[in-house]
Amino acid sequence: MATVEFEGNSFTVDEDGFIDNFTSWNNSWVKYVKTQEGIDELTKEHWDVINVLQDYYKKNGIAPMVRILSKLTGFKLKHIYELFPSGPGKGACKMAGLPKPTGCV
Amino acid sequence: MAKLPKPDDLFNSIDYKIPSKKWEDVPPDLSDGKFCYPTKIKNLEYLSLPTTKGEWSPAEDDWKLPDNWETIVREGFKERLDKYRSLKVFMDICVRCGACADKCHFFIGTGDPKNMPVLRAELLRSIYRNDFTTAGRILGTIAGARKLTKDVIKEWFSYFYQCTECRRCSVYCPYGIDTAEITMMGRELLTLLGLNINWILEPAANCFRMGNHLGIQPHAFKDMVDFFCDDLEEITGVRINPSYNRKGAEILFITPSGDVFADPGTYTFMGYLLLFEHIGLDYTLSTYASEGGNFGLFTSSEMMKRLNAKMYAEAKRLGVKWILGGECGHMWRVIQQYMDTMNGPADFLESPVSPITGTKFENAASTKMVHIAEFTADLIRNGKLKLDPSRNDKHIVTFHDSCNPSRAMGMFEEPRYVLKNVCNHFYDMPEGTIREQTFCCGSGSGLNTEEIMDLRLRGGLPRANAVKHVHDKYGVNMLACVCAIDRAALPPLMNYWVPEVGVTGLHELVGNALVMEGETERTMNLRQEPLTEEEDETDE
Repeated sequence: MATVEFEGNSFTVDEDGFIDNFTSWNNSWVKYVKTQEGIDELTKEHWDVINVLQDYYKKNGIAPMVRILSKLTGFKLKHIYELFPSGPGKGACKMAGLPKPTGCV
Repeated sequence: MAKLPKPDDLFNSIDYKIPSKKWEDVPPDLSDGKFCYPTKIKNLEYLSLPTTKGEWSPAEDDWKLPDNWETIVREGFKERLDKYRSLKVFMDICVRCGACADKCHFFIGTGDPKNMPVLRAELLRSIYRNDFTTAGRILGTIAGARKLTKDVIKEWFSYFYQCTECRRCSVYCPYGIDTAEITMMGRELLTLLGLNINWILEPAANCFRMGNHLGIQPHAFKDMVDFFCDDLEEITGVRINPSYNRKGAEILFITPSGDVFADPGTYTFMGYLLLFEHIGLDYTLSTYASEGGNFGLFTSSEMMKRLNAKMYAEAKRLGVKWILGGECGHMWRVIQQYMDTMNGPADFLESPVSPITGTKFENAASTKMVHIAEFTADLIRNGKLKLDPSRNDKHIVTFHDSCNPSRAMGMFEEPRYVLKNVCNHFYDMPEGTIREQTFCCGSGSGLNTEEIMDLRLRGGLPRANAVKHVHDKYGVNMLACVCAIDRAALPPLMNYWVPEVGVTGLHELVGNALVMEGETERTMNLRQEPLTEEEDETDE
């Protein structure tokens, strides 16, 4: 696996750039993904999404399905794409340190 | 991920010219975007599968194969030849007539001769000739034999993961060679060396640990289904309270976990819930047998057996009479062709009888598992469903025969019969592209992973092309299917080649049409969109 160095932190990432372990997530990772994603400024709405994703993941061991994410944040899918141009999976989940869902998805 | 070309550029890049070099002399393209990511070693370890000597990448020269890799492959090959009479026959019997050559969607979409099924099999067969036949041992290359090298292993990895095990080519083989089984054997041999892909083994490991590919834990599974019930109440005014792991239920219902998690499969799941409520079915869901799909099928027969065992085990534990299965593709290949002898006999279950119509499903007498399309078609035929097909009027629908339900179980009429009863506008794609000759979505057998999107779009081109035909001719705007991989793979495929066409499961359309007892006036479909286009426009 590759290693990303950012602001003195070191992260192990998979081929798609997701961190390999949720426990190594920190604020510095968020800043790193922000630059990768081309997001200008992190707003409260970005953090709402990240917090919801992380709370759900801690409780359930999996990212929420998109419709649940939408319901829990109160943001329509379209707005989530505005916040995270790569979408809820590749953008938001990556930033929140969650693994990518696999299977028939 | 490599950047995708424009559709026209991709289409024009397909080259069917006869290559100037012999196939043995052309190495596989293992550049970025041309291979699936190798599996994480933790997944191999979790499943007690052999590992490579360390992390590796197909793009690198050293694949970290175990030191005795040649012995492992040779012994693994021999073991399988002894165990499976079919493999030996398939290795010996091909006369290279070429009937299969242009039938593979990956050949059509790439023009790569090694995607001709005959040549894909030859990758394995040439080693078989060299190591296991007298003619090959004596005559060598004249008899089509070649020596096993590390480059052959790389070639196997490349091309056995460019086959979706869809078995379209088998339909045309005059000898009935099941080329999917050749790919399966090739993948088994690779797995003995620790070579596998993450998109297959992560779901397999999740399934082994949690009962489903996504790793949904029991409480989360219930949460998700409850979420659907909330939505259904909003749409229909009817509250549904399904049961979980309920002992004594008459029927256990098992569907792929993709239907619980990923759109548009989730709407199909909502359709199931409405249907069962509509007929008052005595059924239960299981949070243990919470996956119909089986990525073990794409790994090895042993893995398939291990992952599949939970279905009968749960049916036995709950004391149900029989099992109803949802809209999954490869699940039905496993059930129909292997499950009875592999995990059975399920003599603790009863031969399935519909509790609503009394119909005996003779075809399911040995497996004790009925496909939901058969079950629903029977309900409609017996007049047990109150349907308003006009609620699907904005959809002009065609049907993609998912490879396995069509070619592995011969299910052609039932889904069409259901569709014609739940929608008013249905048009089939041209002959030669449907039923047993159906074209694959291009992403089956665990290849629905994003890093090979270019290949998937190429492999899906013949299917998309047939959809485009009915879109242009009849205005088709909705592609129905009965497979969760389809529901995941067809949306990006349509988006690329025929962006005007959406994707739906069969039972989403059933759910839209069902008139529920005590329902409020329906203004939305299961996606909570207005029922008609006009309202759509005024909405915006």
